[in-house]
Amino acid sequence: MATSPYDVAVVGAGPAGLAAAAAALAGGARVALIDAGRQPGGQYWRHRPGDLGAVADLHHDLGAFRRLVAGAAGAVRHFGQHVWTVSGSAADGFTVHAVAGDAETEVPARRLVLAPGAYDRQVPFRGWDLPGVHTAGGAQALLKGHEVLVGRRVVVGGTGPFLLPVAAGLAARGARVAGVYEANRPAGWIRHAGAVLPVAAKLTEGAGYAAALARHRVPFHTRQAIVAAHGGDAVEAVTVARLDHDWRIVAGSERVVECDAVAVGWGFTPQLELPLALGCATRVDADGSLVVEVDERQTTSVPGVHVAGEACGVGGAALAVAEGSIAGVAAAGVTSAPASLRRRRRALRRFAAAMHAVHPVRAGWQSWLADDTLVCRCEEVSAGEVRTALDELGATDVRTAKLLSRAGMGWCQGRVCGYATACLTASCTGTAPDLRGVSERPIAAPISLGTLAGDPGHIGQQ
Amino acid sequence: MPADVLVIGAGVVGAATAWYAARSGHSVTVVDRGPVAGGTTGAGEGNILVSDKPPGAELDLALLSSGLWRDLAVEVGGFEFDPKGGLVVAATPPGYEALVSLASSQSGAGVETVVVPAGELAEHEPHLTPSLAGGVLYPGDAQVQPMLAAARLLRAARARGATVRTGVEVTGFLRSGDRVVGVRTSAGDLPAGAVVNAAGTWGGDIASLAGVDVPVLPRRGFILVTEPLPRLVRHKVFAAEYVANVASDDADLQTSPVVEGTESGTILIGASRERVGYDRTLSVRVLRALAAQAVALFPVLADVKVIRTYRGFRPYCPDHLPVIGPDPRAPGLFHACGHEGAGIGLAAATGRLIAQLLGEEPPSLDLAPFRPERFGPVVAP
Repeated sequence: MATSPYDVAVVGAGPAGLAAAAAALAGGARVALIDAGRQPGGQYWRHRPGDLGAVADLHHDLGAFRRLVAGAAGAVRHFGQHVWTVSGSAADGFTVHAVAGDAETEVPARRLVLAPGAYDRQVPFRGWDLPGVHTAGGAQALLKGHEVLVGRRVVVGGTGPFLLPVAAGLAARGARVAGVYEANRPAGWIRHAGAVLPVAAKLTEGAGYAAALARHRVPFHTRQAIVAAHGGDAVEAVTVARLDHDWRIVAGSERVVECDAVAVGWGFTPQLELPLALGCATRVDADGSLVVEVDERQTTSVPGVHVAGEACGVGGAALAVAEGSIAGVAAAGVTSAPASLRRRRRALRRFAAAMHAVHPVRAGWQSWLADDTLVCRCEEVSAGEVRTALDELGATDVRTAKLLSRAGMGWCQGRVCGYATACLTASCTGTAPDLRGVSERPIAAPISLGTLAGDPGHIGQQ
Repeated sequence: MPADVLVIGAGVVGAATAWYAARSGHSVTVVDRGPVAGGTTGAGEGNILVSDKPPGAELDLALLSSGLWRDLAVEVGGFEFDPKGGLVVAATPPGYEALVSLASSQSGAGVETVVVPAGELAEHEPHLTPSLAGGVLYPGDAQVQPMLAAARLLRAARARGATVRTGVEVTGFLRSGDRVVGVRTSAGDLPAGAVVNAAGTWGGDIASLAGVDVPVLPRRGFILVTEPLPRLVRHKVFAAEYVANVASDDADLQTSPVVEGTESGTILIGASRERVGYDRTLSVRVLRALAAQAVALFPVLADVKVIRTYRGFRPYCPDHLPVIGPDPRAPGLFHACGHEGAGIGLAAATGRLIAQLLGEEPPSLDLAPFRPERFGPVVAP
């Protein structure tokens, strides 16, 4: 172990992590900033190395990004590093264990700010394993990170405000967006005006995307969903259908839409591997996601460990920045964050709660599945096989269903199918989905046996 | 109506007990405070080994069990029974000599053994390090998917009329005088003709609810799981020191390499032993030791990715033998726990023996070495 640890190690250099690093530095701390990417920005401000200008039109609030990067400039960067576990305690000090290729790095720190972000929540549907079917976030990442369009004629579906910038981005770069299929009715917003109006910038942002879709003549459908994808070697068409309140297909409403790519998103799943490895307490948020429980200072139930951003409740980049700033201040040992920052966090959290209220994922999606629809693509486990584990083999919880069916036991370790398996289990047992049972992954990133076996190069202080 | 037999524990030992008892015509209820196979059963590799035991009571039990598992694979099936054999290797000439001598004594006890000189190791395991002194092949070693094994046995027992109640915690015993006549649970009283304690690592806690002492303690182990691969490792391969570690009384960390491929393509890597209570914290030190030993045995694994790790708690007794049989201190109570790291392998025989006792048949084996009261305070002569 290196003898002189950092005051604060920040894991994740997206909006929350950058803000945390900047705030901790401003508070006088020595800070290490660790991220799997080669440059800062996370998913939200994803761009090609050194080439933000090329995709500036696809981004939002780049001024904030530049300010945060400048503010975090004093942090020692460990970029391109995949954190495979974190260990230790406030009393003994923490160690962030990261791996890049065959080289392992251990970063010692007195306190941690974890800002791991989130990825697309997926629900399975017939044909979702066909090439050409992407997550909304995946389509967005290809566009922002590589200026690559997922297809020439794209159908976008799922639920949530994120579908708008994805569709707008695809259209702006020349794809024909054949339709956006939002499974909910966002008109429900009106009931939450009290939560929306205090963060008027969010309204402007939404209006901007709506205008862009109108300009590109992209049809926007509500209470409709992509319920199946069709094709031989790749997707050639999707079936869309009208949904009832519980998301069952309205009989006779199915329609086939031709396309060469699909982008679907059903909200986001926070990445909880690291907080769970440290034993942080969790709760279920308004969107049904498992999130880390934090206090006013973004402190978790584990002393010395702060969490900021999507991992403590999905709420977008602006909220992540506010939470990151508060976490950075707390981790630096400064007594308290400015009241204005806490007010901003409160307003943005109310906005997020309003979003979640109008964009729920309803259990009816399970009725779209055929028995042979794959739930787990890595291990090729079908919905029927998961149901056999529950109905015949006596599984009464998601962990047992997983171990008896192998759903979630392959390469992705349940990151993609964990939510679906938990929902199928819950429907069978009549309980609420237990996401904790599919979220613990003590090895947060794959590491080769040779690297794990070897002595890591220790990081000295700079 | 009271069940003939109430089994506490829906792990593999409870499941095997339920199956054999139901097959013998008993009415059976299984209770578990958690889910099916939620304890140590779901945290191991699924070993059915005869290779890691010197001649003695446990080896006799293992041989009986290994035969019964082969029958169960046909009678019940659906749990990935794989008679792949075990290969024990030694790094040094003295180690090889000791191994060959152990094999010779095991052979006398009825274990099939094949001595494999260094030059022939590659024929059995092409990717083994060439720097070994030799090994012994045990064709009788096998593997099952342990959770499926428990779930399939319970399903088969249900088909014979057994009832399985998960999420039901035993909180005490019903007594009639000294006699155990059922259990108190979080879901009410469940009277029964006999009660079987198959609570694994928690078997000592159940025994104490009945006012008897059965010293079962947890011994933690970690397993590394690799990415799925085409079959690189054909057998269960382990180092000769593993046998010594299994029998050790040391509380400190011990590791010895155990490497095996599975039907799903992943490679499982063990084995570590620590007495640290029920601490579930990931130990980076243990994972490094396991990885280093696996790579030393199979250099080809250096570039293979670990994607998962899990840990479990082996139920061990001070003399490393399980507890199987009636408890004279609490008539009506039978124990079937404390199998340490061999619970999957020994489950079939344990279930069968308990079913024989319940049916008042003579057991297939002398159960004296496994009797529950053997740990009682030593009385000075």
